[in-house]
Amino acid sequence: MALFSKENRQAFTNPLNLDNPIAVQVLGICSALAVTSQLKPAIVMGLSVTVITAFSNVIISLIRKTIPNRIRIIIQLVVVAALVTIVSNILKAYVYDVSVQLSVYVGLIITNCILMGRLEAFAMQNGPWPSFLDGVGNGLGYAIVLIVVGFVRELLGFGTIFGFQVVPDSWLMDNGGLYLHNGMMTMPAMALILVACFIWAHRAYNKDIE
Amino acid sequence: MFLRKFLDKIKPSFQEDGKLHAFRSVFDGFETFMFVPNETAKARGAHIHDAIDSKRIMSFVVIALIPCLLFGMYNVGYQHYLAIGETPEFWASFLYGLAAVLPKVVVSYAVGLGIEFTVAQWKKEEIQEGFLVSGMLIPLIVPINCPLWMIAVATAFAVIFAKEVFGGTGMNIFNVALVTRAFLFFSYPSTMSGDKVWVNGDYMECINGVSGQAVDAVSAATPLGQLAAGDAVQASFCDTVTGLIPGSIGETSVIAIALGALLLLCSGVASWKTMLSVFVGGALTAFLFKDQVTANFEWYEHLTVGGFCFGAVFMATDPVTSPRTEGAKYVYGFLIGVVAIVIRMLNPGYPEGMMLAILLMNVFAPLFDYCVVQSNINKRAKRAAKK
Repeated sequence: MALFSKENRQAFTNPLNLDNPIAVQVLGICSALAVTSQLKPAIVMGLSVTVITAFSNVIISLIRKTIPNRIRIIIQLVVVAALVTIVSNILKAYVYDVSVQLSVYVGLIITNCILMGRLEAFAMQNGPWPSFLDGVGNGLGYAIVLIVVGFVRELLGFGTIFGFQVVPDSWLMDNGGLYLHNGMMTMPAMALILVACFIWAHRAYNKDIE
Repeated sequence: MFLRKFLDKIKPSFQEDGKLHAFRSVFDGFETFMFVPNETAKARGAHIHDAIDSKRIMSFVVIALIPCLLFGMYNVGYQHYLAIGETPEFWASFLYGLAAVLPKVVVSYAVGLGIEFTVAQWKKEEIQEGFLVSGMLIPLIVPINCPLWMIAVATAFAVIFAKEVFGGTGMNIFNVALVTRAFLFFSYPSTMSGDKVWVNGDYMECINGVSGQAVDAVSAATPLGQLAAGDAVQASFCDTVTGLIPGSIGETSVIAIALGALLLLCSGVASWKTMLSVFVGGALTAFLFKDQVTANFEWYEHLTVGGFCFGAVFMATDPVTSPRTEGAKYVYGFLIGVVAIVIRMLNPGYPEGMMLAILLMNVFAPLFDYCVVQSNINKRAKRAAKK
């Protein structure tokens, strides 16, 4: 099979749009609500999930023929847990403040439905290279939604983007202006509504999904 | 009649191939608002046909809200003059309040109806009239200093996410006006916290020139705010009944609310069962917790302060979000009363619990209905089995 055959390209591009893990399969919602109150943790989380999905897909795909069928979930979990521990430690070492913000949600990537879903549905049946592309595609598809939601929430909830102030202080009510940051944007409830809006817009654009 | 003739004259341009066809739903909405509709539901099936259009029911509720609105306007001015240290005169107070409240009413209606009209036109449906009441309720349950853009944002949010996505009027799970308030409450807690309601600001000066003295937004604590802070409540029981206290625009006066309640009950628009059981539930809970309250605040005063009366009369009885079955209405109302007082007494974060109590019970209303219907089915099945 060619390196970038049609199937391989589809394994990568489908999860970005028509088979998006959050917008279409509605998986991994929990972490999408928890970590998106600001843009920076959202991006770090998206990248972590991408890396872990990609490499766990590769590893499982390599050993898929030797995994006994009855204990495959446990083996998948061990692989994912090992990768999550590595990523978690790397985050602690290099971006400590973000890893504090993400707190338990890095560890909870183990239970992310996207991972188990891809391992079961794709890596168990396909070779390492398509599995890698599929993992990267799904991770990035997840990251796109996180970034969109994180962008809106940080802008409206804190008036900043990447921590840089966008809404000037003089607009605020305390300084005689008329503007106030929307406190609800910093709560997970609003993230759920934003994800719903994303899905709404996505389906309005791609009419052939269901 | 002049209006009828005028409408008949312009009607053709809104028909299928008329040039103003795009505004058909708007025209339709206004025509049926002014006059009894020409078409009625087809005489088919087992539906009960009633002469009363849902627009008429809505109109009754709006009429019932007028005493609250007028009193709210007066009270806004009254509190303003009190705060700047002048004696409040009746007409000056009223005009001041009118100038402060009217923009809020206009904004709430403009945003809400604008969205409703657009959606109706888009989905090629008739304009639903549900927003007539919500649009009047929204300005009455916000504090006077709440900026207009916040009301606009919150109204748009509530109409889209609490109503249109569920299918429009009659399909909503939550009371639209309360979702508006909840949005404001959680999004902008500093203007909506309820522990301090600002009574005036000198921005009013340019509007009507009544204010001679520049006062930068004096804040006056509401009775519930003082209660939550553990201070003695300044307002006497008499004040809380007449309503000359700081608070959200329409909720302070028990007398004005009672007038509205009377109209709603006499015309049969609101259910007395819900209304009564809210008060019973509230009174019982307040009585149980009476030892927790600070000095000179009797348990029965809970029923007159804050949004309790307003919520019980105008919000809890909303026919869309309250249960349909008669038995369930008692349970629904009772639990609203209980939860509202429990939130007030036990949760220091929320001085007022009425909004959250009603929204919470909105969620459970279908469940209560289900239980009542199911128990009825079981009863009949048992009766049939006995024979």
